[in-house]
Amino acid sequence: MMGALKVLRAGLFDTVQDLGRIGFMALGMPAAGAMDRIALSLANALCGNSVGMAGLEMSVMGPDLLVEADSVRVALVGPLTPALIEGPDAASKPIDSDRTHLLKRGQVLRLGMVEGSSTAYLAVAGGFALQPFMGSLSTYARAGVGGFHGRKLAAGDALSVARNQATPGEERKLGQSFDYGSGPIRIVWGPQDDYFSDRGRETFITSEYRVSKEADRMGIRFEGPTIEHAVSVDKGGADIISDGIGPGAIQVPGAGLPIVLLADRQTVGGYPKIATVASTDLPRLGRLLPGQTARFIPVSVEEAEALRREQEARLRRAIAGFEPARPPGGIDLVRLYEENLIDGVVY
Amino acid sequence: MSVRYLSCGDTAFTVEFGNEISPEINARVMALHAAIGRARATGELAGLVETVPTMRSLMVAYDPVVTSRTILEPAIEGMIAHGLPAEGASRDVTIPCCYDDPEFAPDLAEVAERTGKSPEQVIAGHLTSAFKVYVLGFMPGLAYIAGLAPSLVLPRRAQPRVRVPRSSVAIAMDMTTIYPFDSPGGWHLIGRTPLWMFDQRRQQPVFLAPGDRLSFRRIDRRTFDRINGEVEAGTFDWATLIRPS
Repeated sequence: MMGALKVLRAGLFDTVQDLGRIGFMALGMPAAGAMDRIALSLANALCGNSVGMAGLEMSVMGPDLLVEADSVRVALVGPLTPALIEGPDAASKPIDSDRTHLLKRGQVLRLGMVEGSSTAYLAVAGGFALQPFMGSLSTYARAGVGGFHGRKLAAGDALSVARNQATPGEERKLGQSFDYGSGPIRIVWGPQDDYFSDRGRETFITSEYRVSKEADRMGIRFEGPTIEHAVSVDKGGADIISDGIGPGAIQVPGAGLPIVLLADRQTVGGYPKIATVASTDLPRLGRLLPGQTARFIPVSVEEAEALRREQEARLRRAIAGFEPARPPGGIDLVRLYEENLIDGVVY
Repeated sequence: MSVRYLSCGDTAFTVEFGNEISPEINARVMALHAAIGRARATGELAGLVETVPTMRSLMVAYDPVVTSRTILEPAIEGMIAHGLPAEGASRDVTIPCCYDDPEFAPDLAEVAERTGKSPEQVIAGHLTSAFKVYVLGFMPGLAYIAGLAPSLVLPRRAQPRVRVPRSSVAIAMDMTTIYPFDSPGGWHLIGRTPLWMFDQRRQQPVFLAPGDRLSFRRIDRRTFDRINGEVEAGTFDWATLIRPS
């Protein structure tokens, strides 16, 4: 019999996502995929999957999942409060994120609020047993396709896992938390920066913008100073003949406020796009919460490409640097030795 | 006609052939889209992920870990300079459409009135228009199909509908479209096709493709119901609608 994770209580918006449905934009099919590809990649790598496998993306609040498999190894990336393992015959105990956990039949994984980011990820060793749609397991809920029946999880769902029994092996954890970068979000001017006045462009890169409540997988609507178009809006200054929309495109409709378009964005659109977020900063942007602020700073295409390559190299190093996770209550001899050398205190 | 290369961050750029809607410009877009597809099929242009054609431009998406703008832009410039062969394989597609049921065509009378025609003349104009699929977008499988008879050109409805039923056939400006899902919409509804433009059970879930030449064939309500039943059951033979040319 195939194992599953049964949803006892759904989170706010739990969807199965991989790195996106790539290659069908010409047919109007949005890419979808994880909002934070770094966190998904780390979760997969922690439990021995290839980085691009599908995991569960949890927005704002995670679910309660009952293990209906003999055993299953999961990795959690992104802090969740609380995160508990319960039962079946034991008291509930808190568990850490950024590491793997071996769960047994009848245990319940209770996941609470996502902290410090808009999303957290759960990967399962061996992955989920789901049918890909157009080559991908990413959920695109607006069309009801991909992932688990094309929708977010609901109480009562049974999310099948590929392995009914976890393979033997030790648990692993992230060596140190991944550095997403800080400071202004890097952008590249274009494709339609010439649809904005000098003053409009200046406003955009010298002002602080706040994430509004309208922030979801499709994009983030920012609030802040309005950006002036080169030609007045009533003379068509905010209209273009539709063209392709890349990830991180920042469109500025007539109202003058920027909208950054993310995973579930439409493939084409008719608003001018002043700039595009450098791909290295897309995961950071995808983590922003309503009320948080951002500034934008221009870089060249070449700089943005170099930043992305550097980030991919750091991701590979982070994966190479995974450490054995100390069993709860057990002793990590290496850690014990190091801590004693440093300050003589072991917690 | 000079080509512009517009940056879309470090994962895409747009090759803009013009800033107007014209068959000549779109032909160049589609020719480059096809030429890049052929080059990729032979293993060239490594790291180029996909291309997105629109009326007047082609977005080229790439993986900056594998390639770069510095490599791809000159390669594509070279393809354009070398001369793009006229668009290769495109398809002639015939879409059955029922105009007769008032439920299917709630705007037919208004379109007729505003264009100074009878409803039958509106239908005839739609049936004789030589359409072509220019771009898909807005939602999966939604095609912008240009070529509507000039005498039927109207702006969109002042008040968009909150819900347009799936498979509605609509017109606005010089275009027609077919709604792939129940969705909001501001175009004039003049008929309905029994086909689904998006069906995730099919090997190719999206039926239309950019470059398709398209015409409509009038069917009555009984034929509509028969074809719709086959589409719903998954037994409809879609190949009967397509004539390669």
